[in-house]
Amino acid sequence: MSGADVEVIEVSKHYGAVAAVDDVSLRLSPGSLTALLGPSGCGKSTTLSLVAGLHHPDSGDVCVDGGSILAVPAERRPVALVVQKPLLFPHLTVAQNVAFGLRMRRVDRRRRGQLVAEMLDRVQLPDLADRRVGELSGGQEQRVALARALVLKPRVLLLDEPFSQLDAGLRVQMRALVRRLHDESDVTTLFVTHDQGEALDVADTIALMLHGRLVGHDEPEAFYRRPPSLAAARFFGVTNELSGWVRGRSFAHRTGLVLPADLPDGAAVLVVRPESIEVVEHGGTETVAGTVIMARFAGTHIAVEVEIEAGETLDVHVPVGQNIAIGSRVHLRLPRHACTMFEAEARA
Amino acid sequence: MRRAFLGLLLAGLLLPVVPLALWAISGTWRYPDLLPSDVTTRGLHLLVDPRTRVLDGLVTSTVIGAAVASLACLIGFPAGRALGLYRFRGRRVVQFLLLAPVIVPGLAVALGIQVFFVRFGLSDTAVGVILVQLMPTVPYAATVFGAAFANLDVDYEQQARTLGAGPVRILLFVTVPLLRPAIVVAALLTFLISWSEYVLTLLVGGGQVKTLPLLLFASISSSDTTAAAALALLVVGPPLLLLIAAAPFLNGRSSAMVGVGRL
Repeated sequence: MSGADVEVIEVSKHYGAVAAVDDVSLRLSPGSLTALLGPSGCGKSTTLSLVAGLHHPDSGDVCVDGGSILAVPAERRPVALVVQKPLLFPHLTVAQNVAFGLRMRRVDRRRRGQLVAEMLDRVQLPDLADRRVGELSGGQEQRVALARALVLKPRVLLLDEPFSQLDAGLRVQMRALVRRLHDESDVTTLFVTHDQGEALDVADTIALMLHGRLVGHDEPEAFYRRPPSLAAARFFGVTNELSGWVRGRSFAHRTGLVLPADLPDGAAVLVVRPESIEVVEHGGTETVAGTVIMARFAGTHIAVEVEIEAGETLDVHVPVGQNIAIGSRVHLRLPRHACTMFEAEARA
Repeated sequence: MRRAFLGLLLAGLLLPVVPLALWAISGTWRYPDLLPSDVTTRGLHLLVDPRTRVLDGLVTSTVIGAAVASLACLIGFPAGRALGLYRFRGRRVVQFLLLAPVIVPGLAVALGIQVFFVRFGLSDTAVGVILVQLMPTVPYAATVFGAAFANLDVDYEQQARTLGAGPVRILLFVTVPLLRPAIVVAALLTFLISWSEYVLTLLVGGGQVKTLPLLLFASISSSDTTAAAALALLVVGPPLLLLIAAAPFLNGRSSAMVGVGRL
């Protein structure tokens, strides 16, 4: 059985006056692997628990293959959940833990043994079947937790920061394991993480959540090329923001930089990634002049800070080898296709 | 250091039993002899002699103790869950009310309750004795379970739910096994309270329900010290055996589960 088509439709969940999840709509196509990305406290874990059925939304609907599952209790949803804590039952062995869900589903003993052995093979722990769970390392624990979830052949797999307590090297290995397990079973997977590196590494698409709202759901690259909002751009580490003014379909900055824009007239913010800016010989269109105030070798590039106006600087990543002297005058080209503009947020 | 402490503890527990054991087998033991001058099995024979009804008392005490322990745990478990897991309005009041029977002299309460027991035909019956013994036992069971639930990670239960376990099977396959040490402690504690209860049993049982403590008191007031000592040994023995049997469940980790020091 392959992965399900999952639809979260205009779901909201409030705790007191606070909206933990605010009108979120998200569609996961069958067999996809989506990262639900956002800073801690943005509502991504709550969203997950609404899909798992551990909490009930105040409004909205959750559908699997077109049918609402809101009335289905968590224990009967075709959904498996693995969270940050391994939560292996301490009174059971590794094999008994993996078999737990099968036992709840009244799978007979022989079939159970077979499925558990297969599953332990797939998570590369065939020798630990009879171990007590207290003897496992952190990585092994999460493998068992994954096995315990996947042995049920769920249609939807929900992972809530499953590896955030492991050290960096192990995390990378575990991501690769998740990717492989997903590709083998084609289970529709939603992977909650606050780490954009992890999201880029593991997922086909990224759904970005900020302050309880879904900001965008797109391919990872798109978040870099055209971030859906200023907040999204900031979350993805765009450090360059130029405040300017749009008038008659063109954006003007007080340095004289003018770029075509498709925003209504008014205050606007232009964002551009440091690696998209080029240092060029001569001024021209799409360029702005400035003085190098800092240049630092950063391994794959030279991180340069250029002052284009009193108190306003741009971060630029220059290829290693290019000669940049502190104090020198440079021209920077901001390619239009690499720039994204937003209407400035109204300030109170 | 640890061993020495353990040894002291055991000595403190077992030494008082030594003179008891000597009394139980002494034929004649006069001042200033250090040990009995002649040994007899008369006391031990009296225990199994049907005329003394000691074996009946043993059965009565065991049945009542087991029933009280089971009921106290059944009541204390959900009460402990509410106290340990949920923060609700009036929690302190409920906690106090649960503990009140331990604070208020049981005799006073039992005298009041006895009126109703008589009306409902519960006085002079084993059922009545079992019910009245819940008074001093439920508070302890609830307290033990309260501490255990306060230390329980309910995420285990949520995880079991996502693995397909409904409420009943979460209880049976997850919560009860996780709380096994607390269950052992609560059952042991309540059984022991019931085992040595005298006043309430005498009052409600009206002398008709003859548990071991009742027989023991009667025996002590007679002049036969050998018989009394033998009977006392029988009263002390089973709790000690129970404690030893329960020891494997009561290691350091589980005593942390029970939450000694949290209350």
